[in-house]
Amino acid sequence: MALIQVNDLYKIFGPNPKRAIPMINKGISKGEILKKTGCTIAINGATFAIERKETFVVMGLSGSGKSTFIRCLNRLIEPTAGEILIDGEDVMKMDQDKLREVRRYKMSMVFQNFGLLPHRNVVGNVEFGLEISNMDKEERRKKALDAIKLVGLDGFEESLTSELSGGMQQRVGLARALANDPEILLMDEAFSALDPLIRTQMQDELLELQARLHKTIVFITHDLDEALKLGDRIAILGPDGRVRQIGTPEEILAQPADEYVKRFVQNVDRTRVITAATVGGRAATITYPREDLQAAIRAMERNKTSSVFVTDADRHLKGIVTIDAAVALQKKGEKDLASIIKNDVYTTSPSTPISDLLATAIATGYPIAMIDDNGHFQGAVSRAAIIAEVNKGYEGSDTEMPQTLSDLQDALQDGE
Amino acid sequence: MDFRTFIDIGGSFETIVTWLRNNMGWLFSIISDTVNGMLGVSRWVLQTPPTFVMIAIFTAIAWFLASKGVAIFTLIGFSLIWYMGLWTLTMSTLALVFSSVVIALLLGVPMGIWSAKSDKVWNIMRPTLDFMQTLPAFVYLIPAVLFFRLGPVPGVIATLVFSLPPAVRLTNLGIRQVPKEIKEAALSFGCTNKQMLLKAELPVALPTIMAGINQTIMLALSMVVIAGMIGAGGLGNEVLRGITQLRIDVGFEGGIAIVILAIFLDRVTQALGTASRKRTEG
Repeated sequence: MALIQVNDLYKIFGPNPKRAIPMINKGISKGEILKKTGCTIAINGATFAIERKETFVVMGLSGSGKSTFIRCLNRLIEPTAGEILIDGEDVMKMDQDKLREVRRYKMSMVFQNFGLLPHRNVVGNVEFGLEISNMDKEERRKKALDAIKLVGLDGFEESLTSELSGGMQQRVGLARALANDPEILLMDEAFSALDPLIRTQMQDELLELQARLHKTIVFITHDLDEALKLGDRIAILGPDGRVRQIGTPEEILAQPADEYVKRFVQNVDRTRVITAATVGGRAATITYPREDLQAAIRAMERNKTSSVFVTDADRHLKGIVTIDAAVALQKKGEKDLASIIKNDVYTTSPSTPISDLLATAIATGYPIAMIDDNGHFQGAVSRAAIIAEVNKGYEGSDTEMPQTLSDLQDALQDGE
Repeated sequence: MDFRTFIDIGGSFETIVTWLRNNMGWLFSIISDTVNGMLGVSRWVLQTPPTFVMIAIFTAIAWFLASKGVAIFTLIGFSLIWYMGLWTLTMSTLALVFSSVVIALLLGVPMGIWSAKSDKVWNIMRPTLDFMQTLPAFVYLIPAVLFFRLGPVPGVIATLVFSLPPAVRLTNLGIRQVPKEIKEAALSFGCTNKQMLLKAELPVALPTIMAGINQTIMLALSMVVIAGMIGAGGLGNEVLRGITQLRIDVGFEGGIAIVILAIFLDRVTQALGTASRKRTEG
């Protein structure tokens, strides 16, 4: 079961908002409804499931209701209609006591402009949530110090938050949210107020933290690059407050659900998102020592390649054999492959973005082998596949393609 | 025809005051006793120690809370008051100010909080405060005297009414100005209403509230002098004597003492406000 299940959620601002829902269902436009009822639609029938331990990014431009959405999850804003189930319990039906409990122990929030208390120092801010839930002084101090260490703020415990840079302040915000070890982290444009360099650094650190802590993160952003970098899955909100597409970063880039999403993803640097696994595939392989030289040559002929990967019986990569070396060996009349298995082949993990592989692919003569976390050979990525994928991004755009010198000279002569 | 016979504004006000005086006497005597008690205690605290000890204490307060400059000013200024023979009167003025301000804050800050929490309350509070602040100060003296007779108690009451508004206004403003994200953050961590007020709103609003307290003290001091007209005592009496007997020397000396006291109170409370602002804004 999903940790957070949102069913048919609506948030409509304005007088007597519920009467707008049937109008929405009839397909009347946002502007029309505003004119008729004075109601503004922020969230328009959102339905999705957020799994345990995933980073779920909600992405949309300003006015798409994404900030409203995250505030509905902990009811800082009361939703108009629908269901928000957390561990099967409907947040919208909770009374104040139960709701407070959920806010104290189950989910914490990180804010765009940090929302720190200016009269408290760093540790005072970090222990705020624990203090609110009446934890005793020593225990909360200890937990706060742990959280401060976690975000790399040790040494600044006694500093006033106003003395810290934006990035450091947001670390305080993050530490405060992590201090009571909640299952769910709600991050509302958490890095949007930071300058680009710091933002990238904070994104990397969040990824690192997440790899260690395995929280369920709901991350709101208007920055598609950020969404693609952080999200296990992304929900894209349209300007009408409707969810346009939910999927992994690659799904969204590869198969945009509609025109809106397509326009959105047009300018993304695809190479940073498309991974080796997407462009790579099965590669010619032989098992050594079970198979010999003949098998290697046959495998290359069958696959029309100039090289073949060699693995052991457990699919651990041993190296690569090229057609030239195989033919030479055959002429000598030997059969044992051992002497011609080369291990200077490049390897990568299937989840590496192809932008990181491009330089290697151009330099090396062999395909790049993909090896998973357990050391098993998963296939290979050829140079051609990577370059084709990079090129795809430029299709249809107005980028200037390079010309040969002779073309240029011809053009010059014609001009004269 | 004289319309005033239909709607007699002044007359109705008089009727109300008379009714209150006849029927609510018990309430006024409770108020009167409380104020008298407060005045007695603060006078005793201020007037019992020898003058030079008090001057040393005031100088020390100025030194630690404000600055060296203010401390030097306090030392010279208060010695001058002593030299002019106005020490006892100055302390009794300070006792009047202190009593009115304490009551004004006990009433004003909660009223400010209530106004900040509810637009309805603020919509009623605002014109009331405007009324209290713009009605000429002398007008308060009449009902104060009717309810509490002559003396320091009506002086404190009139001062209280006159100096209350800034405490309410600036508490209200301070709390309303707490950034939305701070309130949301506090809520998102599971604050109760009480925790929200005590741990987030009031501390963040403190610099603004301190500015209100400073204003309240300054208004109280100016009103206490006017209250000399109804026998509140203190420096007001001295100034009044200067006016009625046309004695420039007496009036001027009283006036100087008030100015010195005002500067001392202003600098010290402002320094308190700046300290809390520094803590919250850096």
